[in-house]
Amino acid sequence: MSKTAPAGADPAPVLALKGVSKSFGSVRALRDISLELRAGESHALAGENGAGKSTLIKTLAGVHRPEAGTVLLDGEPAVFHGPADARDAGIAVIYQEPTLFADLSIAENIFMGRQPRRTLGRIDHAAVHAATGALMERLGVDLDPGRTARGLSIADQQIVEIAKALSFDARVLIMDEPTAALTGSETARLFSVVETLRTEGAAVLFISHRLGEIFDLCRHVTTLRDGQLVASEPLEGLTEDELVRRMVGRDLGELYPKQEARPGGTALTVRRLTREGVFRDVSFDVREGEIVALAGLVGAGRSEVAQAVFGVDRADAGEVRVNGQALRAGSPTAAMRAGLALVPEDRRQLGLVMDASIERNIGLTGLRQLRTRGLVRRAGERARASDWALRLSLKYGRLSDPVGFLSGGNQQKVVLAKWLATEPSVLIVDEPTRGIDVGTKAEVHRLLSSLAADGLAVLMISSDLPEVLGMADRVLVMHEGRLVAEIPRAQADEESVMAAATGRAGSRGEAA
Amino acid sequence: MSATLRAPEPADTSQPSPAGAKGGSLAEKVLRLREFSIGAALVLLILATWLVNPSFLDDQGIKDLLLNASILVLLATGQSVVVLTRNIDLSVGSVVGLTAFACGSFVSGTDHSAVTVLLLGIALGTVCGLVSGALVSFGRVPALVVTLGMLYVIQGLDHAWAHGEQINAANVPDAVLTLGSGSVLGIPYLPILSAVVLAATAYFLRAYGSGRELYAIGSNPEAARLAGIPIRRRVLTAYAFSGAVAGLAGALWLARFGTVVADAANGWELTVVSAVVVGGIAITGGVGTVWGAALGALLLTTIGSALVVLKVSSFWEQAITGALLLAAISTDRVVRGRTTRALRKRSRQ
Ligand SMILES: Nc1ncnc2c1ncn2[C@@H]1O[C@H](COP(=O)(O)OP(=O)(O)OP(=O)(O)O)[C@@H](O)[C@H]1O
Ligand SMILES: [Mg+2]
Repeated sequence: MSKTAPAGADPAPVLALKGVSKSFGSVRALRDISLELRAGESHALAGENGAGKSTLIKTLAGVHRPEAGTVLLDGEPAVFHGPADARDAGIAVIYQEPTLFADLSIAENIFMGRQPRRTLGRIDHAAVHAATGALMERLGVDLDPGRTARGLSIADQQIVEIAKALSFDARVLIMDEPTAALTGSETARLFSVVETLRTEGAAVLFISHRLGEIFDLCRHVTTLRDGQLVASEPLEGLTEDELVRRMVGRDLGELYPKQEARPGGTALTVRRLTREGVFRDVSFDVREGEIVALAGLVGAGRSEVAQAVFGVDRADAGEVRVNGQALRAGSPTAAMRAGLALVPEDRRQLGLVMDASIERNIGLTGLRQLRTRGLVRRAGERARASDWALRLSLKYGRLSDPVGFLSGGNQQKVVLAKWLATEPSVLIVDEPTRGIDVGTKAEVHRLLSSLAADGLAVLMISSDLPEVLGMADRVLVMHEGRLVAEIPRAQADEESVMAAATGRAGSRGEAA
Repeated sequence: MSATLRAPEPADTSQPSPAGAKGGSLAEKVLRLREFSIGAALVLLILATWLVNPSFLDDQGIKDLLLNASILVLLATGQSVVVLTRNIDLSVGSVVGLTAFACGSFVSGTDHSAVTVLLLGIALGTVCGLVSGALVSFGRVPALVVTLGMLYVIQGLDHAWAHGEQINAANVPDAVLTLGSGSVLGIPYLPILSAVVLAATAYFLRAYGSGRELYAIGSNPEAARLAGIPIRRRVLTAYAFSGAVAGLAGALWLARFGTVVADAANGWELTVVSAVVVGGIAITGGVGTVWGAALGALLLTTIGSALVVLKVSSFWEQAITGALLLAAISTDRVVRGRTTRALRKRSRQ
């Protein structure tokens, strides 16, 4: 896989922006941005949460109309009246937030709006089905084209989005954090498909907060900060640190600021928890002041264990104790009352009320603390919200703006804030830094670490191996619904965790 | 004209599922279950009523049942298309009233043909639908507000025009009345017409891109926008269709009853919406089939007729319709939650 363009370098840009600006009310999301995408070249877009990356993409995709500047297609000014125009021009887009029709089948989702036709303009259902099957094969996943999209895990939702973008001969492939929910192997598979498209002459624009991926896939990078272009340069010769400095405008401190743990008494006890066909016989403890990571491949059942512990899903057997008290099964309310908090994986669906304001969302879970004789104290809600907004360096216009206005990563921060604000004694976080930029990632880690140092018990589910190794006092590894290893911090390394996660024998941890 | 009215009625019931899925997905099975249970309830109800009063199922009884159901089935078909897009059309009852009266005034004392009346009804209904649709899609006014407003505006117009007068059957040309009372092979024209519209709509919704897009719009409007679906145009078309079908129903109303007062079909909108929802079309859009909606309409009609036969006060009809509506909406919610969880679980295996 060579990252260089085909011979005769520097072909003319297929798609370009020239001097583009875009505002939302008082927020200037893009200011005088120019960008060129060339055939056969992978281009990365870097920047912190809220820097304007998604806005830029939506401008290229015909979703937003720029206030100033032009979009150039093959060097000619083009006006896209909507996403359909951009698509017809050969631009395929994977948006940051899933855009699936829950009630329709996967096949229909992929071909909506451009189904293959047979006589009299009727849809050729068989062809749609077959083409979807072929796409799934190409992506190496086993999803039934006929099943409805409702209930798909986010990784699978993302796969459907990718399949959608690959389903037509795109000249330009734009991907807004496509890998955020994927495992290493799924990401590798995606990259090889993208590489093939690129060598066949497609222009690629790629966004990720995982800098390693940017260096792996791309040749050129454009960095945005606060809606302004900081630099547009070849990646060759650039170091990760330099890229980070362009993004955040300063040097970053230590990436995994782990404080020494002094574990206290047992805070969370899980015994023989079982959910038929999903996970079985899962037992572990988490002590006060300890960060325990739950590692494993996506689909190993980690999120499901978390959901069952918290009572969102009902377990078929087993017991959960918080601070010695047995928890009523299947009741999140009881879990919250006992001091448990869960930051779910699927934040858009499970974590936020999109139309409600930022302060309302942060206040949502803490309503009890904020209530005086049944009334919510607005002032208290606001003070608390602005405090957390500061601690997580949230980028927002006003606290009374709807959460839906925030950039993807900033929405994630709101979910985190919402649960941290409940001051739990046991915190379960599912993928705490997914979609969060490097600067804030370190901030979140520092926060988790200091909360643990203050006696919080943390159970952290993460597919980010460096994060697991950097943050955890102990690593629990799941494989196909079973807890297969428990590895103390001193012995945890990439090899031991991956060996256990992939079910290879001979892991150094004792089997649980 | 009988020849043109007969064609495709029974053909399409056994087509493959919309997604062309083999075996059918869980959600589809749930939907079928819904249609099956309504069908079963219908059969039980008919049997029970027949046992109490055998005249319920004699030749005339069946004919009455079919005639009574056909206009509601027609309206439910039109309404379904609108509800699928996560909208609602509350003006249908008044459109039926207006077109029935307008067609009546137009043909009174003339010898216009049945086809002219049908075309006039459809045209008038389409205009009403286009007005509602334009306000909802391009004016961005909530559908509930627009169509409730339309309901009162059209009703007002109708009353002002009628001025307390009514259309008398004696003045309506025979050709038109024959449409309401005649039959081929013992099947009245009206239900045949309804079945044709129903089957055509079902086929369109499944086989055509624009039909599937209506489902997409109701399922996730934001995603539909990003997929480049012309949402406003589709919604406008859905309303125009609902209006056209209501206009057709108005013309048929005239043909069937001959005598028409200004507030014909007054209050039907809620029965129509109930039929659609009971039939499995989610009030939040994106789910259900017109076949289900038609079954819902059939069930509600049969309940009404059965109560008459059983000599139960007709007030009960409203209470039962309401209870069914509530039951349908709550099962939708519960079932949707359950299937989501079940599917989630399944996707892990
Ligand atoms: N629809 C909208 N209404 C109001 N403000 C918006 C809207 N979309 C984006 N913004 C604002 O524009 C700015 C840029 O947002 P954008 O989504 O482009 O960020 P991003 O670089 O994609 O961030 P992330 O990495 O978190 O996804 C943010 O301040 C955001 O709050
Ligand atoms: Mg973004």
